[in-house]
Amino acid sequence: MKRPLLAFDEKGIFCEPAGVYLDPWRPVDKALITHGHSDHARWGHRQYITHHHNKPIITSRLGTISAKGISWGEPLLVNNVKFSFHPAGHIPGSSQIRVEHKGEVWVFTGDYKLEDDGISQPFEPIRCHGFITECTFGIPAFNWRPQEEVFHDINTWWRENKEEGNTSVLFAYSLGKAQRLLKHLDQSIGKVYTHGAIENMTSVLRTFMELPPTIPINKDTPKAEIRGNLILAPPSAHGSVWLRKFAPFVTASASGWMAFRGARRRRAVDRGFVLSDHADWSGLLKAVKATECETVVTTHGYTEIFSRYLREELGYNAYTQHTEFEGDQEENASAEDKETA
Amino acid sequence: MRDFAQLIKNLDSTNSTNRKVALLSTYFREAEDPDKLWTIALLSHRRPKRPVNTTRLREWASAIASIPLWLFEESYHIVGDLAETIALVIPQEKSSNKKSLHQRMQDLVALRGKPEREQRSYLETAWLEFDHYERFAFTKLLTGGFRIGISQKLMTRALAKATGQEEDVLAYQLMGGWTPATTTFEKLIYSGQEAAEKSKPYPFYLAYPLEDPPEELGDPKAWFAEYKWDGIRAQLVCRDQQVFVWSRGEELVTDKFPELEQLAASIPDGTVIDGELLVRKGKEIGSFNDLQKRLGRKTVSKKLLTENPVFIKAYDLLEWKGQDIRDRSMEERRSQLEHLFPLHHQDSERLELSPLLPFKTWKEVSEYRAHAREEQSEGLMLKRRSAPYGVGRKKGDWWKWKVDPLTIDAVLTYAMRGHGRRTNLFTDYTFALWHEGELTTFAKAYSGLSDAEFREVDRFVKKNTTDRFGPVRQVKPELVFEIAFEGIAPSSRHKSGVAVRFPRMLRWRKDKKPEEANTLDDLKAFL
Repeated sequence: MKRPLLAFDEKGIFCEPAGVYLDPWRPVDKALITHGHSDHARWGHRQYITHHHNKPIITSRLGTISAKGISWGEPLLVNNVKFSFHPAGHIPGSSQIRVEHKGEVWVFTGDYKLEDDGISQPFEPIRCHGFITECTFGIPAFNWRPQEEVFHDINTWWRENKEEGNTSVLFAYSLGKAQRLLKHLDQSIGKVYTHGAIENMTSVLRTFMELPPTIPINKDTPKAEIRGNLILAPPSAHGSVWLRKFAPFVTASASGWMAFRGARRRRAVDRGFVLSDHADWSGLLKAVKATECETVVTTHGYTEIFSRYLREELGYNAYTQHTEFEGDQEENASAEDKETA
Repeated sequence: MRDFAQLIKNLDSTNSTNRKVALLSTYFREAEDPDKLWTIALLSHRRPKRPVNTTRLREWASAIASIPLWLFEESYHIVGDLAETIALVIPQEKSSNKKSLHQRMQDLVALRGKPEREQRSYLETAWLEFDHYERFAFTKLLTGGFRIGISQKLMTRALAKATGQEEDVLAYQLMGGWTPATTTFEKLIYSGQEAAEKSKPYPFYLAYPLEDPPEELGDPKAWFAEYKWDGIRAQLVCRDQQVFVWSRGEELVTDKFPELEQLAASIPDGTVIDGELLVRKGKEIGSFNDLQKRLGRKTVSKKLLTENPVFIKAYDLLEWKGQDIRDRSMEERRSQLEHLFPLHHQDSERLELSPLLPFKTWKEVSEYRAHAREEQSEGLMLKRRSAPYGVGRKKGDWWKWKVDPLTIDAVLTYAMRGHGRRTNLFTDYTFALWHEGELTTFAKAYSGLSDAEFREVDRFVKKNTTDRFGPVRQVKPELVFEIAFEGIAPSSRHKSGVAVRFPRMLRWRKDKKPEEANTLDDLKAFL
């Protein structure tokens, strides 16, 4: 049997003929990075290659690194292997990576969603032989509603809180989810205040895209001024001393996990909005079908269940590979949220 | 159904108890009477019998969702709640349902016993008519207990707000063997129903665990001390020459204990006794396991009656000569209770007095506690002599002072995902002890760790799974926990040969290696 074009080893997804890694989790020489979340863009590689928009994101997160930006669809040849980056629709600057060698084509998705979120370049299906996919929400219990409906609910919630004299606190990851919310919050209701971690990342994104105004909260911000408005904060701020100062407030979380009553109760938020930057069950199936691939490798999420479904019900050559990607980890606020909280 | 589903959704959208009570009381003001009645019934564990078994529910739901049954099952293990799984995998969001809660409930009652084909088509239609929350609430009514984080006490408080009735009065009114078919909202709330009146128990008064040293309670002369029996809290209601036995869940269990019915002959009418239901094993008190055998059976066989006869240890008197005497002092009630004894020979085996322990100092009380296990009790009860009989759990007058649990260090070997707020987290564990060089399962435990510890173990389980059996993960035997339990008894049903009572995790022993865990022989030494 010939060696696969992409192999999984202890450092990451390895393309042997080119000698490069995709989203490696241990330090390597040359890393192709799908997007800026910390489980995909890790510290310690000698060289990072990623989409132009993701470059400022990882530079701000990882400090002094050697990073090279690349455009959508721009070919990158390494030892006769052709790499190219294509929109994944997950967060701004997120890509799928296409790998072509001697007529064989593989696509690694990183994280993705199919719905156009208004801030990320929308997902583009790419034909391939082998499709390496996440499946964070890969069980049929996850079916997202159109985001307009969710944003309508969020804005209604904010308006009602304001009428009752409460501040609205919305928890969201500082990279991606926070800006997606910001883009769709109806600022005719009030102003949007930001926690430091979110403000930092938002200002990085502002270098290449337009986003509605935010007011960063600092120690001089008068508490009375915030009342009735909305605070965007990372999940790690929940229950913190920092947050307590803004009482009275009502909390909500925006995440795919909020589809579960148990997850909402565990987070102890008043309201859960089901809003995810990952594909839902039907999204994953649609994405797989659109590639016209034969082989599917599931990397993180409900990997065993999703690959079994593809194998037994749809006839794909589907299997699971162990990786250190975390997807949208329900319980873990991402590390950088904690650092700046 | 839409109002009811909206209520459940709103209740789900807040963590504030006051807000929950406000939402419920608004509902109790605005809903139609038959809907209110059903809501009270559902929130007080009066759900009608399940019309369809859950195996069928799973099959039919997965068929509508066009997914294979195994995928439905996998999803269920992750979601952790059958009704919620069904509501999620049938992704229909717009409601066209026109029926109210009570109509739906009457449908469900009627559905029982109908041919399977009819049941299936009813449910399929209903599921597709509902939006997400209607489907969830409705299916929740079809499956296990309707637990949605609203206690009966909370519901009673809301009802009191909405109706202007006193909370205590309502707590009393809502007890007893009524169903929505036998009463109306008006009758239930505003008038006593004579038939049900006869059987009605009083709300139980519950004790708080004593955490400080007993010296903090002040003068020992102001207190009674007695053993805390390890059975089922029960009220024996004797009225009109009939006996009714109520368990603490406000459940009428008379028919499970026919041997107590004859007590009607020797206890005067208008008497309500509070005590502990226990099994008698020769001269000893049987284990909690023996008692569970009695509870688990639908029909009570002669053999079971002979092998595991029950009796009540009486410790309080709530009604005497038809008078509610709960506001009298413990001392007065106790002395009145003692006048009932001794009973005739036959009946004295069915009802006996829980003795008061004589003492002068708290030190003597501590001595009793140290030897409580030898008396087949689980510790002591301390009751203030001057205190009336309260309602619910209140701090101050009644304290339970349990013996310290037995403990043993065991290795985590299997894990399952939890339910409710532990959905999708591995929180239900199996523990094993060493026996002849191998790990032998001895107990399951689900509680005792902090949320942060559960998350840490969850990550361990996900990374260290060595095998899967459906929802169960076998994990690398690496983590050691100190397991606490209340009692231990030989058991032929358990692989280890012993059954432990109420096992839970006391501590995560991060300092211990798996080979340092205890052996099965260490455990058996407690026997």
